[in-house]
Formats: sequence, C-alpha cells, structure tokens
Amino acid sequence: MPPAPPYARLSYPAPKAKVEKPRHSGDTGRRRRQDTKEVSVTPPLKSFLPKLIGIVLLAFATLGGPLSAPAEAQLRITITDPTLSPMPFAVPAFVARNAEASELAGDIARVISADLTNTGLFREIPQEAHIARIGSFDAPVQFSDWKAVNAQALITGSVLAEPDGRIVVQFRLYDVVSEQPLGEGLQFVGTRDGWRRMAHKVADAAYSRITGEGPYFDSRVVFVSETGPKDARQKRLAVMDYDGANVQYLTSSESIVLAPRFSPDGSRIIYTGYESGFPQVTVIDVASLQKQIVGGVDQNMSFAPRFSPDGSRVVYSAEVSGNTDLYALDLGSGQTSRLTSAPSIETAPSFSPDGSRIVFESDRSGAPQLYIMPAGGGEGERISFGEGRYGTPVWSPREDYIAFTKQNAGRFHIGVMRTDGSEERLLTGAFLDEGPTWAPNGRVVMFTRETSGANGAPALYTVDITGRNLQRAATPAAASDPAWGPLLQ
Amino acid sequence: MKTTALILMATLALTACGDRLGRGGAGDGFGDAGAGAGGFGAGGVGDPSSVAYFQQTIGDRILFAVDQSTLSPEAQTILAGQAQWMNANQGYTALIEGHADEQGTREYNLALGGRRANAVRDYLISQGVSATRMRTISYGKERPLQICSTEECYSQNRRSVTVLAAGAGV
Repeated sequence: MPPAPPYARLSYPAPKAKVEKPRHSGDTGRRRRQDTKEVSVTPPLKSFLPKLIGIVLLAFATLGGPLSAPAEAQLRITITDPTLSPMPFAVPAFVARNAEASELAGDIARVISADLTNTGLFREIPQEAHIARIGSFDAPVQFSDWKAVNAQALITGSVLAEPDGRIVVQFRLYDVVSEQPLGEGLQFVGTRDGWRRMAHKVADAAYSRITGEGPYFDSRVVFVSETGPKDARQKRLAVMDYDGANVQYLTSSESIVLAPRFSPDGSRIIYTGYESGFPQVTVIDVASLQKQIVGGVDQNMSFAPRFSPDGSRVVYSAEVSGNTDLYALDLGSGQTSRLTSAPSIETAPSFSPDGSRIVFESDRSGAPQLYIMPAGGGEGERISFGEGRYGTPVWSPREDYIAFTKQNAGRFHIGVMRTDGSEERLLTGAFLDEGPTWAPNGRVVMFTRETSGANGAPALYTVDITGRNLQRAATPAAASDPAWGPLLQ
Repeated sequence: MKTTALILMATLALTACGDRLGRGGAGDGFGDAGAGAGGFGAGGVGDPSSVAYFQQTIGDRILFAVDQSTLSPEAQTILAGQAQWMNANQGYTALIEGHADEQGTREYNLALGGRRANAVRDYLISQGVSATRMRTISYGKERPLQICSTEECYSQNRRSVTVLAAGAGV
C-alpha cells in the first residue's frame, strides 16, 4: 500500500513543528519475493477517468548482499525550513520491458520529473549529465555514479505493456547519499490511457516519502474557462489534471457559470449557473454531465455553494429581497434550513474538515470580515481583525489554516491564518488575486489572478503555503475560480 | 394591448435601431421575452410612451457609490421617472439588473448586485409600481459596461439597469 495520506488524519502536526522522520514504510531492508505482495484493488472511478486497477508493494528482492544496519535514510525535506534549497534528484527514463512500452517509459519519467520540479523543492539532474545507465530495473544501483553527478535522490522504474492493453509500472526510490532504498518499491497496474496518473502516483510516493507531507499530484482541478472580451466574457466549466493535462469541458458557454467546487468524492461539481436566466446553485455529474438545480427554491438568487465534507449537505448563499444569508440543504431529504438571519451580506461559506463548523464572509461590521459558526448555524465569531477587507475563506483539508482573499490599499492578496485568526500571513499581492483553493495535502494553494485594464484577463496560479514558488498553472485559455478536487484513488 | 404592441413594433422596426440599451446579458427569463437590444414597444425617443424614451430620456440606469446600495438624490429622480412611466404603461414588466465593479470578490459582488437591484425595486414599489411586475437579478462583476480598471470605468459599472419587457407580470 502507498503511504497513508497524512491529510486524512484529523490531528496533523502543526506545520511549524518539524517533521521528524520521512513517512516511509520502514521495512526497507527486508527480503521478500515479489510474488508475495499485497494487492489492493481500487473501486471503480468515474467513467471518463483512466483507471488504476491495482497498486502493489515491491520488496527489494535483488539488492546485493545483506544491508548493513537498518540504516535510517537521510533523505528529507522540511517544507517550512526557510533555508531550504531544492534537492537534486535524478529520474532516468524508465526501463521498457517490451518494445510496446518504450515510448511510455520516457514519458512517465518526464511527468514524474515535472511534478517534483514544479514544487520548487526538487531540482532535476538532467539526463544528459547521467553517467550510469539503468539497463535493468532489478540490477543493483551503482550509487557512486549517481553521487558523481550530485544526485541525492534517485527514482528508477520500469514499464511493461501487456497484450490486453494494460500497463504495469514499477518504481523504486533511493537515497543516494546513504545508498539505501527509501521505502518499498511500488507496482501500479492500469489502462494505457491512465499512464499520466501512474506517473503522478510515483511522484506522489517520492514526494511524500521525502517531505513527510501528503500526496497531491494525482488530483484534478475544476475551473471556469474564459474566452471573449471583458464586457462579453463567455464562461465554461472545465476540469483538468492538476498539471493542466486532460482538459475536459462540462458546459457550453451559453450561460454564465461561477465558482465550481468538487464533491468530496470528486464525482459531482456544484456551482452557480445562470442557465435558467437567474443565478442558481446547480450540481453537475462529472461522468454523465446531468445537471440539477438544487438551490434557490423560493429564493431570488442562490450562489456560493459548497459541499459538506461527507457530501450529504450543501451550504450556500441565497438572496431574498436584497438580503443575502447562508442556508444549508440536506441532499437526502431536500430540506433547507436557514443558518444566518442578519441584514448584512453573509456568503462564501466553507466547512471545517470535520464538518462541525463553517467559516464565512460577512459585512455585518460594515466591511467584509471572516467569521466561524457551528455548522447548524448561529451568531458566528469574528476571526479577522487586520486592516482591509477579507473574503472567500477556505478551510485547509489539514484543519490547520484558513486561506482567504484580502483587499487592502488598492491591492488584493491571498493569505492564510490560523483558525482562530492568529498568525495571518499574506502569500501573494497583485492587482486582483482572489478565491484560494487547497491542494489535497494542504500545502499548496491555487487561486485566480486577473490582470488590469481593458485587456485584463484571469489566469490560475499556485503558491506554496510558505509563500514560495508562485507559478502560473497551465490552462488552454484564460481561467478563473479554480477548485482542487480530492486525491484520486 | 398585445395587438397594439405588435402593430407598434412593426411600425417602429426601422426607427428603433441604434438605441443604446441596457445590457441585458444572457437569458432574462422574466416577462414575455428578453428585452435585449430590440426595439419593441411604442415610438421613438420623441414618444413618451416608448421604451426608447424610457431608456434615454428618463434613464434606465442609476449609479452607486463604492460598496453602497443607497440611492443618491439623482438616482431617486431617475427612479421616480421610471415609476411614473411604468405606472402609465402597464403593459411592461421590468427586470432590474444589479452590477458591481471589479474591485471585490466574485461572490460578495453577486450579493452586492442583489442589494442594489433590490434597492431600486423597493423604491419603484414605493412609487406605486406593482411588485408583481418586477424581478431582480444580480450579475455581480460579470457584465461590466466599461472595461478599463480605473474609477472612471468603475463608477459606470456600479449600476442598476431597469430592463423592460412586454408583458403583464406575474
């Protein structure tokens, strides 16, 4: 099994605390035959998603000689270390175990490299510089050749294309300095069109073992694709892999769509749509593209929807006679309940990961600020007290932070604060940054950055929770309102 | 009334082009048809019962201060004229659009546009226009009229627009 996703733990250590140990599975030196592996078969995914059929642990059966002590690998990155410099790593083209796999063997290595490099935490030793050639996945690694090119981490792998169309990808991760494997080898079996997912799984395993953080590369992002001039923008819902690959459009551009968000299992997307002529909370099934209006019964306008962490409820804003409040809809019973009753604007709600509380935006104090209330409704306790206006709060899947948009002195920022409002830090600043969304591991935030002026257009950006590694995300056209989906299974 | 309107529409098809109309945007489902950029209704600008007169002489839009939905004295004057026109021309419904400038988050601006549209609706009701003839919609910052990123444009974008459609209301 891959390492347990740390983000799923409710009491994850605070990011300030150093991660003491890489989260590898420990028994790296044990000798086991390959045919005694555990096999875990994943449940079926959405029909359009390439499937990963199985993930298998590979023991290191062929390492030459007994390993010295069960030596503790030294390879580690502590993401919050302010002196961090990118770790040099090498990922030679995977070994093609048959001719049909030769093209994939190189492509998979490229995707793994891009995943790791784009984090800003790793630096690839280019393949031209490699001295060693990996001719066989099971041959002993010549560590001296990798030390000579200053690689600290080494990823090796193989690809086999089966006659039935499936592909089998194997990988191992090594700490070059201590000449030790880091965690066990893994084997993925899937359909050929799922090769990018398998590459992301490999990169996720390497990232998690070295940083101790949860994985996030094998995930998707829903966003609004934008075309046309600023005063006649056309908007469509689209989903893509987190790295911009495999873009699929879910709606036509005939009506406005805003602020989509995934259901916790990734099978549905909830958004604000104008298809009826008026803004209404709408759910679209990602596989069938069936749409259903779920909000706004007897309400003039419903918007800003978000699923509860268990997917059973939706919290959203509705405007009645000009006044916007928060409501909850139980998807099973269809019952709507009102969560706030104030003459001010209450909007942009987001559940805590345990579903017990909701953080939202309200201008009850005279300007928009952030508040937290119980998930059943209530007064709400204000948590933002800095200068400026705060909006679009989003609770981290790790529970430790709330990301938000801040508008102050003519500029917009993406920031994070503790859930009690303390330790506010601004990660970005620009003419117009808004709408943060968390990567599944709670370490990276994606958001919309719009440029100013008549030709201004939005694009998606990512930034690390430390404020480092600001990057523009790849999208086919202008794009806004990203929402990160769950880690795929 | 319907027959009259149709005849008038036919006679005015030639003259109504080129009117500067409210930007209805996608799909306003209120009334018989989207008002859009058509020239339905009576008369040119010179005809006080015409939609063109409503749009241009009375004024179909009012502007708001930053973050505000309160009606300025100028706005109230325009809206009083709108109410008077609607009271005199019962064959129309109104879709009142609320808009915001781009300074602000998407969802907050939707709510703000809702506030603005309803401030207009409430004022028109206070002037005797039946609530059943009006509906509001917010476009937030999605449909700017002016596209520069300075106050000159922002002030034009913080608006509400009263878009007429032929019909009796609900």
